[in-house]
Amino acid sequence: MDESFSFFLSIIPTLLVAVPVTLALTFFSALIGNTLAVPVAVAALSTNPLLRYPSALYIFVMRGTPLLAQTYLIYYGLGELLPGTWVQKSFLWPYLRDGFWYAIFAFSLNTAGYTGEILRGAIMAVPKGEIEAARAYGFSKGLIFWRVTLPRAIQICLPTMTGETILLLKATSLASLITVWEVMGTARQIQKVTFRVYEPLIAAGLLYIIMVFILTRLMMIVEQRINRHRLAPV
Amino acid sequence: MDTTLKVEDLHKKFGEVEVLKGVSLEARTGDVIAMIGSSGSGKSTLLRCINLLEIPNSGRVTVSGELIRMKALPDGTSRPEDMKQVERIRSKLAMVFQSFNLWSHRTILENVIEAPIHVLGLPRKEAIERAEALLAKVGIAEKRNFYPNHLSGGQQQRAAIARALAMEPSVLLFDEPTSALDPELVGEVLQVMRKLAEEGRTMLVVTHEMGFARDVASEIVFLHKGQIEEKGAPREVLSAPKSERLKQFLSSTRH
Repeated sequence: MDESFSFFLSIIPTLLVAVPVTLALTFFSALIGNTLAVPVAVAALSTNPLLRYPSALYIFVMRGTPLLAQTYLIYYGLGELLPGTWVQKSFLWPYLRDGFWYAIFAFSLNTAGYTGEILRGAIMAVPKGEIEAARAYGFSKGLIFWRVTLPRAIQICLPTMTGETILLLKATSLASLITVWEVMGTARQIQKVTFRVYEPLIAAGLLYIIMVFILTRLMMIVEQRINRHRLAPV
Repeated sequence: MDTTLKVEDLHKKFGEVEVLKGVSLEARTGDVIAMIGSSGSGKSTLLRCINLLEIPNSGRVTVSGELIRMKALPDGTSRPEDMKQVERIRSKLAMVFQSFNLWSHRTILENVIEAPIHVLGLPRKEAIERAEALLAKVGIAEKRNFYPNHLSGGQQQRAAIARALAMEPSVLLFDEPTSALDPELVGEVLQVMRKLAEEGRTMLVVTHEMGFARDVASEIVFLHKGQIEEKGAPREVLSAPKSERLKQFLSSTRH
């Protein structure tokens, strides 16, 4: 037991090195995915069928297929298509040889689908009277969206989006399957080299819990700040 | 005096139901027109057709001499020819709603400066000065940094009136401004509205407050089934109603 524990401790520094990779995967995927979710949601609510149907299909596919399948398709699919095209000569190529960017690409598209659907519901839940007031005061359509509808919708769905971000943080472990040495991938590498099954898994699990805990706290602060209109006056 | 608002032969249908059957109305600068009538008479719809929150099927609306250009469609409805023009005219027709409709994600001050900055293009500093003066005027200066949900209904409605005044509008449109308030809060809102009338602001008020209509309005318009049944000076209309409908209506609303 003692020996097991000291082994457990000895692999922590190696795993810690991988924490920034996991955090970067989460951060960039959440940033890009949630940004893309805005046009996805807007298109899903459009009266124009040429926007609405593609968006509905996109949401349906992203939510209806396994993230691992999406990740593989993007990594191996694009990885096969791109070499030999102009992309190989472009400045992007150094990045496109790295599984890290494919993982971010896949996770972002997936997040855009999930959050797009959440945001769609939240936009529909924005009180009609507040939008009407903006119309009555001469706001243009764009101004209404950026100044009233979107900020109100984000307020409404923020708790759900926090949950999605936590799911995303854990889902980044799938990147290990396309050669990205984030926490889970590093743990599996340690397993292979040392033939020890449990300690690397437990250590990785511990690090994920700590990251989730910190992320939850951070989002709680953000939620309190954004939803301060619901709290008691100071 | 000049005509600030002119409504000519306004028609509005919701599906097969004709809610407005040709209403015409004129407000000169400084007029306070109280629109009364039972629910379903079309008075709120009339107000909402003036700033095009509802698009009338036909008719003409002219604000400060500028006609809102509408295009008749083959299906009997119409639509604005130029949304930019509609937005510009709306900014001159500030509306106060029954349910306040303050932007709940913004503080009271932010609510009041929002449209002046983003619609009128007023510099932020100037907008804040204007807003603070108006909040003081409606008596809620100390609530400037509160969110709407932290205020009573009466305070919210006064904030909404400040938001309307901040546009320096040609006409103030009030859509049953006290109907959603607890009885003891009605007075504070009516008091503010009285003050505005005394200042000579042009106001169009849909209301059930007969006392307010009698004391403050320069003209009372009684709507019935989508038409103006009777109109005139408050004293005449209220004490010597000519139409049978208005007599009935008044006897049912008098306490």
